[in-house]
Amino acid sequence: MQQPVLEVRGLRKEFPGVLALDGIDFRLFPGEVHALMGENGAGKSTLIKVLTGVHPADGGQVTMAGRPLRITGPLQAQQAGISTVYQEVNLCPNLSVAENLFIGREPRRRGLIHWSELRRRAEASVAELDLDIDVTARLDSFSIAIQQLVAIARAVDVEAKVLVLDEPTSSLDRDEVVQLFTVMRRLRERGVAILFVSHFLDQVYEICDRMTILRNGRLEGEYLTRDLSHVQLVSRMIGSELADLKSLAAESHRETAAPEYRSPFLVAEKLGRRGAIEPYDLTVRPGEVVGLAGLLGSGRTEAARLLFGADQADSGTVRVNGHATALRGPRAAIGHGIAFCSENRKAEGLVGELTVRENIVLALQASRGWLRPLSRTAQDDFALRWIRALDIRPGDPEAPVRNLSGGNQQKVLLARWLITDPKLLILDEPTRGIDIGAKAEIQKLVAGLAEKGMSVLFISAELEEVLRLSHKIGVLRDHRVVAQLANDGSLTPEHLMETIASGARR
Amino acid sequence: MTKHRLFWPAAVLVAMLLANLLFTPNFFAVHTKEGHLYGSLIDILHFGAPLILVSLGMTLVIATGGIDLSVGSTVAIAGALACLYISEASDPGSVSTVLVAVALALAVALVLGAVNGLLVSRIGVQPIVATLILMVAGRGVAQLITDGQIITVTSDPYRLIGGGYWLTVPFSVLLAGAMVGLTLLLTRSTALGLLLESVGGNPVASRLVGIRAHRLTTLVYVASAVCAAVAGLMISSNVSAADGNNAGLWIELDAILAVVIGGTSLNGGRFSIGGTVLGALVIQTLSTTIYTIGIPPETTLVFKAAVVITVCLIQSPQFRAKATRRRTTAPGGQQPKPASADSKVSA
Repeated sequence: MQQPVLEVRGLRKEFPGVLALDGIDFRLFPGEVHALMGENGAGKSTLIKVLTGVHPADGGQVTMAGRPLRITGPLQAQQAGISTVYQEVNLCPNLSVAENLFIGREPRRRGLIHWSELRRRAEASVAELDLDIDVTARLDSFSIAIQQLVAIARAVDVEAKVLVLDEPTSSLDRDEVVQLFTVMRRLRERGVAILFVSHFLDQVYEICDRMTILRNGRLEGEYLTRDLSHVQLVSRMIGSELADLKSLAAESHRETAAPEYRSPFLVAEKLGRRGAIEPYDLTVRPGEVVGLAGLLGSGRTEAARLLFGADQADSGTVRVNGHATALRGPRAAIGHGIAFCSENRKAEGLVGELTVRENIVLALQASRGWLRPLSRTAQDDFALRWIRALDIRPGDPEAPVRNLSGGNQQKVLLARWLITDPKLLILDEPTRGIDIGAKAEIQKLVAGLAEKGMSVLFISAELEEVLRLSHKIGVLRDHRVVAQLANDGSLTPEHLMETIASGARR
Repeated sequence: MTKHRLFWPAAVLVAMLLANLLFTPNFFAVHTKEGHLYGSLIDILHFGAPLILVSLGMTLVIATGGIDLSVGSTVAIAGALACLYISEASDPGSVSTVLVAVALALAVALVLGAVNGLLVSRIGVQPIVATLILMVAGRGVAQLITDGQIITVTSDPYRLIGGGYWLTVPFSVLLAGAMVGLTLLLTRSTALGLLLESVGGNPVASRLVGIRAHRLTTLVYVASAVCAAVAGLMISSNVSAADGNNAGLWIELDAILAVVIGGTSLNGGRFSIGGTVLGALVIQTLSTTIYTIGIPPETTLVFKAAVVITVCLIQSPQFRAKATRRRTTAPGGQQPKPASADSKVSA
């Protein structure tokens, strides 16, 4: 067998109180797509961060093409040929696409930046990914998906021998994923070794040749993808038997009909906002879970933001409990008992430098006003109760929330809104980028809340998830609600997909 | 212990005071003369009081991710207005005249602060630009009030604010202490501190949890202007004169420095009132040191700059980690000892 391009032996990494990586062995061969699998907290991100020079290792060896490599920093890792695209796009949103692609290595002529050359090369670089965009436009004028592809274009362009893709597909829609995979296959043929991290098992099976599974900071094993079934993979990741999984799935499956008999909590009529979402009607009853399905960028988030007053509607009316109301801002919506967990946890949800406790009490404290502070005892009670109820890890209420993993951050956001006891909880992609275990927990929680009478607006790109939880599903396409389907048990993901694809009206 | 947020500002202050002991053996001596406390330490508190006040307001502004460059001009305007009113009053020595003058200065500060706040929060002007307007224009306004001259006043009640004593302690120190206490009470015994830190840490998220960020932002600029106005009263009262050109000149820069030395990030978010007070004292001690050890006037600025840079470096966890790492990796050394993972957190 050929020599691995990157080999790791006995890698160890310790954070205060946590042994994040414990004796990890890992090999990556040229011209393969290799999946790194594991639940949240298994050590995937830490391993990647060590390989890319973000964290120094505490022990073990790394060899690159047979030669020992000491990774001292991100720049040095990049020079050694290890390029990375992180889950959260980290480019400069205020610069143009072309500038982002060549930042730090701009083509120069007589010491000055050669702008026309830069532009030409940027165009070639995005064309490589079949991307048809204006490279002189600001990066933040494009969707997150395009920004992600730009990040990949940048990583690929620096003559990488190893390309690390950390959750690259979590914000891409199906077409974009296909596009990405085409690019990945092309790079594989060129001999690039790709390390791929994703929570979408189907994608892993579609694109990956081999996989390494981590569990609790230890190596579980290395397998050829074709030798391992879905079920075997999942049970190795979570280290439990198949039967447990099945019962979990059965438990969270819903067949109850929509509680039609109750008078609606919220009725939106012809609610719309130019350029964001065309006018739509929506009725949400107490105890009802309304799903919003559609591709990324189809207007799901935009529709939800109008109901929370995060954006102002320019047409239509909203009635809450039968009373017409103008949702002039989030504060007004919160006053009506509406809560909103944004899909963009980092930018629109958490205050990273504040502690878990402070993040949890923030919404409740804001609605009480600054003159009626929650006592420290009350805050601790809330924090500890919800850390336990949602199994937030680490369980330290005084840990800065930015140190938590994605799934745990999502739980903190949920806790924040749940202590305000909302009537309608809007969840925008609450399970994106989090592991199977946490996903099932959140789904179970949503089902339980609805049974207790809370209304939930559940937005997700995963059709199975929407089907499993919702009584009623609104389907969006091109910023328009194209159908509202009752989930009476006969609906299948294929149905939904067809509706999305055809854009059929009711 | 070094993990505590106030450790480094306090250590720097103590080191600076001890350094003075080398040049001035009786530096720590405090004695009473005619019922008043005297001594270098008292001087530092007394002359540092206006800076503490200005820094106090600045801390709140910086916590929300803003900055207030206009405080120096507000200092000048407040002092000029009060002195003008007193000097033209029929009875400059009466308490009521002084109270009216103080109220007048504070009222104008409220307006100036509200203008800053509304520019930033409602109109969305960047804080540095919004307050730059008043920084430049305000200095001109102060000069208009004083007509370009120095207005002198003779008023015992007014003199008390910045130059008088109460219970053997300089009144300005008591006043600054009271305002620091009040601010601590307002921010830490209510939810104001948490909400400010949230707005500074993530304005978008703060809006989405229903915090009235606009109102809070306006409020901190008003608070900053009021603090600056009180500082302006102190400064003019201490010399019984208002100087529109020079009162509070560049104090905004010292105040920003005090906040940073105190451990509050210019990016906003977490703030420390205690740290700011220590920071202001560090700067005042430095100024006092320059006089007492007799640094030639032409080199004071260079000396000050060198000390400030050193202080900032000592306080940077990244710098300390680098310095210690270099020492532990002697030639042939193993893998460098990694910087403790929480060093970033405590920054």
